[in-house]
Amino acid sequence: MSPHAMEEDATNAYQSLSETTDHDDPRWAFGTGIVEEAGAEVSAPVPEGVDAADLAAYCLMLGDDALIYSHRLSEWVSNAPELEEEVALANTALDLLGQARVLLARSGHVEGDGRDEDALAYQRSDARFRNVGLAELSDDLDFARAIGRLLIFSTWRLALLHRLVGSTDPVIAAVAGKGVKELTYHRDYAARWTLRLGDGTDESHRRMQDALDALWPYVGELFRTSDEETRLAGAGVAVDPGTTREEFDAVLDEVVSKATLTLPDRPAIGTIGGRGGRQGVHTEHLGHALAQMQSLARQHPGATW
Amino acid sequence: MSVAMPETDERVLETGFDATIAADQRIEPRDWMPEGYRKTLIRQIAQHAHSEIIGMQPEGNWILRAPSLRRKAILLAKVQDEAGHGMYLYAAAETLGVDREELTEKLIDSKQKYSSIFNYPTLSYADIGVIGWLVDGAAICNQVPLCRCSYGPYARAMIRICKEESFHQRQGYELLLAMANGTDEQKRMVQESTDRWWWPSLMMFGPPDGDSPNSQQSMAWNIKRHTNDELRQRFVDMSVPQAEALGVTLPDPELRWNDERKAHDYGEPDWEEFKAVVAGSGPANAQRVAHRRRAHEGGAWVREAAQAYADKQAARKNEARKAAA
Ligand SMILES: [Fe+2]
Ligand SMILES: [Fe+2]
Repeated sequence: MSPHAMEEDATNAYQSLSETTDHDDPRWAFGTGIVEEAGAEVSAPVPEGVDAADLAAYCLMLGDDALIYSHRLSEWVSNAPELEEEVALANTALDLLGQARVLLARSGHVEGDGRDEDALAYQRSDARFRNVGLAELSDDLDFARAIGRLLIFSTWRLALLHRLVGSTDPVIAAVAGKGVKELTYHRDYAARWTLRLGDGTDESHRRMQDALDALWPYVGELFRTSDEETRLAGAGVAVDPGTTREEFDAVLDEVVSKATLTLPDRPAIGTIGGRGGRQGVHTEHLGHALAQMQSLARQHPGATW
Repeated sequence: MSVAMPETDERVLETGFDATIAADQRIEPRDWMPEGYRKTLIRQIAQHAHSEIIGMQPEGNWILRAPSLRRKAILLAKVQDEAGHGMYLYAAAETLGVDREELTEKLIDSKQKYSSIFNYPTLSYADIGVIGWLVDGAAICNQVPLCRCSYGPYARAMIRICKEESFHQRQGYELLLAMANGTDEQKRMVQESTDRWWWPSLMMFGPPDGDSPNSQQSMAWNIKRHTNDELRQRFVDMSVPQAEALGVTLPDPELRWNDERKAHDYGEPDWEEFKAVVAGSGPANAQRVAHRRRAHEGGAWVREAAQAYADKQAARKNEARKAAA
């Protein structure tokens, strides 16, 4: 039987009750320390020779992918199959939300019209969002869908961020530096669950294959290069997503075959006049996600929270 | 214990247990303990774990509508903490010979309870702040003494949990401060939410002492350290100045400082409402349990797959070892 050495801790918990709210505590502002940690400022000057409008748009693309996917992942809260998955999915959503906040803030700053992260997240209509379609789908609480999408998304984004560590934009480089560690974990988590589901029971195998099949049409868009990306890749700010396809295919092929599953052979969803998510042309799903996400903020114009 | 044991041995063990309790030391999982002590702890820890998990629902209700990205991150992190608390507590219960799956079944079959406070709905974003301030606040008053509970694994889990809960309380309060300094509509939301949550928060300490059958034994075993009414009083005294700083009125006309007692007098909560909620007919009881059941049963195929995969991996390893031999 152990003697008790916990009185001190108990007293500490009491003490913290009587403390006043201290705004200096870094934990008050989850997910904002990221840029400071990496030594970059959202207000850093636009790199020489780079078009500010292109940079603002590119930060929105990367930021909106993270913001909208984070929102969809949050739908899992209190609905996951096990508590460990509850924690892991929420953690992934938090990581992506942290990335989104910095990228949106950077975009707003570069744009120069005084819009902050919240103005961009809550006051834009769906046609102004620049995320890919994959980010805006709902998993409809199908865990195989969640895992399939996370595997695809994290493999793709990790490949992008790896290359963006060397971006000439200091904020993008900082987000990428931190994000590589986060995405490595997300991809690992998704890959391990793909193995369990693919090589688990007959039912889980069937569900996992169905999920990959349903998601595959959204893969093509991930590697389509927008005009902004082409120009910014030339300036060393962005990466041409087309250059990550090989790495993506190799990872997916390895994980999927190890999981006794088959890589789907399905055509990509079509564009409208050549325009897709990067140009603000979305699936029907985004409008619903935004209707929910923005409802309260828009009910209270001018309020601060 | 059902295992036949000479009466004298049992008496020796019991004397040892009593001495440990009397010396205010910890009982650990491998130590002998009376069956009643074990049962009481399982019931209490399970109920506590269930509360953490069910409590994710009312707050989770607003994650997708959080009005700023910072608030969304804070709320998401908080609800994630609650899942973590549930995990620590189920693990503490498992040291007493039950498992998480079994306890979850009891929860969704309504054979075990969780804190009644979570049977109230969250109807505005101010509720997120008020839950942090009052509900996490009341939980801390209840739980800090548990950091000195006689059962080691429970006490240790509570130390970790209390630190996070006190952080939740401050975050909730900080949201309310922002809203109380905001638009007229935001101020109105804070008052309306306080009006709805104040009395249910007082009920979190359980029935009045005269009406609390299990309390005495739990106090004798050093599982419980203070009576329900003592804790309730502490909570009221703590909340009054906090309410003043926020500029909200606590909805109790009898609430006033009593200089003789050096404590606040306050009105009687509606114990009929409390009994009804405990008995299952609160505003959201059915919804909460059905939600938990849906998540648990909906995830059965995933847990089965993980088990099947682990079994296959173990068999493969075994075969490889045989082949190598
Ligand atoms: Fe908790
Ligand atoms: Fe909490």
